Amino acid sequence: MSLRVDNLRVYYRTLRGDVKALDGVTFRVADGEIMGIAGESGCGKSTLGKSLIRLDGRMRYIEGTVELDGEKLPVDDQEAMNRFRFTEVSIIPQYAMSAMNPIRKIGKMIAELLESRGYRYSGIKPELERRLDLVGLSREVLKRYPIELSGGMKQRMVMVISTLLNPSLLIADEVTSALDVSTQKAVAEALVDFRDRDFVKSMLVITHDISLVYQIADTIMVMYAGKLAEKASTQTIINAPKHPYTQLLISSLPEVGVKYADRQLTGIPGSPPGLLNPPVGCRFRDRCPLAFDKCVEEPPFVEVAPGHEVACWKAM
Amino acid sequence: MLQLNRVWKIYRVGAFGTKQLTAVRDVSFGIEPGEVVSLIGESGSGKTTIGRMVLRLNSITRGSITLDGNDISQVTGSGLKEYYRHVQGVFQDPFSSFNPIFKADRVFEMVKSQYFPRMKREAWWNKLDAALADVRLDPGTVLNKFPHQLSGGQLQRMLIARALLLDIRLLVADEVISMLDASTRIDVMNLLADLKARGLGILFVTHDLALGNYISTRTVILRKGVVVEMGETAKVFSNPRHPYTKNLLGSVPQLHRKWSEVAAELHLDDRSQVMHCDYHDRFPGECGRPAADPDQPNLVEFEPGHFVACAREAITESDLVTA
Amino acid sequence: MTEIKAATEAAHDAGPEFSTPAGDATALAAAPAGAPTGAGAPVVRRSRGEWLHFAIRNKKVVGGLGVLLGILAIGVIAPLFLQYGPRERGVGPRNGAPSADHWFGTTTFGEDVFTQVAYGIRATFLVAALAAAVAALIGMTIGFVAGYVGGIIDEILMVITNIVLVLPVFVVLIVITSYLGINNIPTQALIIGVFAWPWVARAVRAQTFSLRARDYVDLARLTGVRPLSIIRKEIAPNMASYLVMVFILLFAGAVLFAAALDFLGLGPREGMSLGLMLQLATEWGALQLGIWWWFIPPGAIITMITGAAYVTNVGLDEVFNPKLRET
Repeated sequence: MSLRVDNLRVYYRTLRGDVKALDGVTFRVADGEIMGIAGESGCGKSTLGKSLIRLDGRMRYIEGTVELDGEKLPVDDQEAMNRFRFTEVSIIPQYAMSAMNPIRKIGKMIAELLESRGYRYSGIKPELERRLDLVGLSREVLKRYPIELSGGMKQRMVMVISTLLNPSLLIADEVTSALDVSTQKAVAEALVDFRDRDFVKSMLVITHDISLVYQIADTIMVMYAGKLAEKASTQTIINAPKHPYTQLLISSLPEVGVKYADRQLTGIPGSPPGLLNPPVGCRFRDRCPLAFDKCVEEPPFVEVAPGHEVACWKAM
Repeated sequence: MLQLNRVWKIYRVGAFGTKQLTAVRDVSFGIEPGEVVSLIGESGSGKTTIGRMVLRLNSITRGSITLDGNDISQVTGSGLKEYYRHVQGVFQDPFSSFNPIFKADRVFEMVKSQYFPRMKREAWWNKLDAALADVRLDPGTVLNKFPHQLSGGQLQRMLIARALLLDIRLLVADEVISMLDASTRIDVMNLLADLKARGLGILFVTHDLALGNYISTRTVILRKGVVVEMGETAKVFSNPRHPYTKNLLGSVPQLHRKWSEVAAELHLDDRSQVMHCDYHDRFPGECGRPAADPDQPNLVEFEPGHFVACAREAITESDLVTA
Repeated sequence: MTEIKAATEAAHDAGPEFSTPAGDATALAAAPAGAPTGAGAPVVRRSRGEWLHFAIRNKKVVGGLGVLLGILAIGVIAPLFLQYGPRERGVGPRNGAPSADHWFGTTTFGEDVFTQVAYGIRATFLVAALAAAVAALIGMTIGFVAGYVGGIIDEILMVITNIVLVLPVFVVLIVITSYLGINNIPTQALIIGVFAWPWVARAVRAQTFSLRARDYVDLARLTGVRPLSIIRKEIAPNMASYLVMVFILLFAGAVLFAAALDFLGLGPREGMSLGLMLQLATEWGALQLGIWWWFIPPGAIITMITGAAYVTNVGLDEVFNPKLRET
């Protein structure tokens, strides 16, 4: 399968005007690829994830096309997307732990979910149980209520449910944010496992934690203020990034083994621009140490090396 | 300066309070001026509870907390108010720390009316400006604004400035940067490191080992309310002795090393290595888990400034995946 | 750019989440502690003045308040222009139908019904406002203290609240008023207020529990602020919208209680009130005699006051709680 996104633009309408949360992104995801989408809050990564499955009623689709396995996804139509949700495109939302109906036993909830899609629960149950074993959950959880499970268990449960019908594309939106470190590792490794076993074809892992996505993703795409900044293989992004934002971001992350006394890290001064009226040209211009006069013209997102795309005049 | 002595926190739960939940179990450590002590643990480890007990926001069930030798575990009223001149806290969520219907600088006004009621306005402005300069904030940008008009990073710094207005000696920082963006986190961390250099003691509560390593002098690793390892940060991180610590270090996603590499380095696949117990090395015949309270393992000083708890039967296989 | 918790944007709106106080208020959902989350939709940050913008545009608020204020206006202004007193007999024909001279007709004793209605509105508003104030005061005090202090004090206060709650209020009111005899409005208001507060206490307590756990309350404690001040300055202002709605509901309830008591003849017999009009009308067989203008106006006005109050309340709930809005 492959995902093609072309010039996708999704805004949020508010009283004060349109917030240009996602302002023209174009990229490809190959079959079997795990792509990490990294960025800070407000960069548009969550919007991108949700716009591919269209689950947020406040979004306004403006333009752009999305193609999955050669078939056009009707991301502008809430109703038409219904056919694709859960079967072709699936999402593990933020706060997935709260995504389960608290007054339903988990097994019952899954049964209702499947029946609403026209699948028989009894037919799918054996596969469901096999997957529970895979993620390390006992089959007993089907008879429990969500409140009886720990955070990590709930997260893994939602992962299993979301991928039950083997979707082509899985969108994992901040799935490890609220978890303990050891559970994070288990969940992240389960995600890779799902891809390796072909339960999902490709995955978009949306997170603010670059070190997590370094562990499991094949490629990383960095977003800033609603636009794409850089996309390359994981090793390249971490070790040889070309976009100033990526470079500054990576160098501002403390690591185990790095002490203030030895090497003082620096952050990026300022803050991202508001998206109601984003600045003309490169949106990172105001905070970029390398900005020069050409930056008032918006740099295109182009390939500067095989498999390495950047949106920066200095990098070209 | 600040010393925790065998501090316990036990909650009563259940109908009529019949059952007990022990959140913090017999924890002892101290903080000296200019020292940053990191309390590292996952959720349920009791680290936030300890921070709140130091701030006297929760009561202390057993044991004592002393400041310069004075027991402050039970003080109330004006004694407590006096204590808060020396010890203050900053919390995790900057937006929750400000009352949303008032302007953000109201927190400074509250400090003035409670602690400096008779100070002249002129002098107060100067003091406030100095405190804001210390946290590298421009008064013109942050004063007279509502919390939602400011960023999380600015709000956290304002809270630190508020604490500095009181000339505190110890700051309890409870996950203060976990809700900030990566690019602002490091600025606040550097600020804390600067304050430490000026003699402020910091109790840094966090779940993030990388952050703990960045600025702390000493580290305390907590698990389910019990100290499992503690000591000088460099020693604990470079030579972790307790299985839990090794497991934590092995699970942290690192930026230039994959999990597999770290696991190999820590020999996490070698069970005998992981479960090796230093207590039994030092005191072969003894059991490191006292019969009276088997959940409370004894600590042994593995090397000067590095303490480890007894590991035998402490960790089961399922514990290593904490879900 | 602010770090935002997308799923809990309501947490930062100008007020806590609440349902209409039929039952307990819902506590705010807390986001799981964790790292900064993606922006999702932009949070609509409302300044304090913005709720006014929404209030003016909400039909229920405007309609309900309009009706209430209109009726109040009649009660306040009309008596200044009326020629007769409410109890003046013989100012018109007996049992006269509505006419140009007597807009609502006359009673069996030749009293002008419109005058009676006007004075009745005054009495009703007065007793209801006083009763609501008494109940609000008691309920909020108990609610705040129980919610903030917790522990054994909370248990004791809740026992008291529960006892008063299960008392059949109406029956108790009947017993007390018939035993003591009520001769004036303040007494009636006091007695109603003393029994109408339990649900207020529980609702306020629930809200206080949730607000007490906020970090800014902890920060106030760290500044050495005393508990009473914290309740006054940190917690109550965050519940201001809720407290307004509580008052409106108490008001509407008190109107009904007072009218019912008056109807049974247990209210003040001097002066005039809407319930008293109903009582007199029934006593003198207005229904059988077809003197509809004696009892329909007071009944209709009572209904309109109560109905308008409830509608305003629902509208205010929409204004203060953005999730209920249709947009």
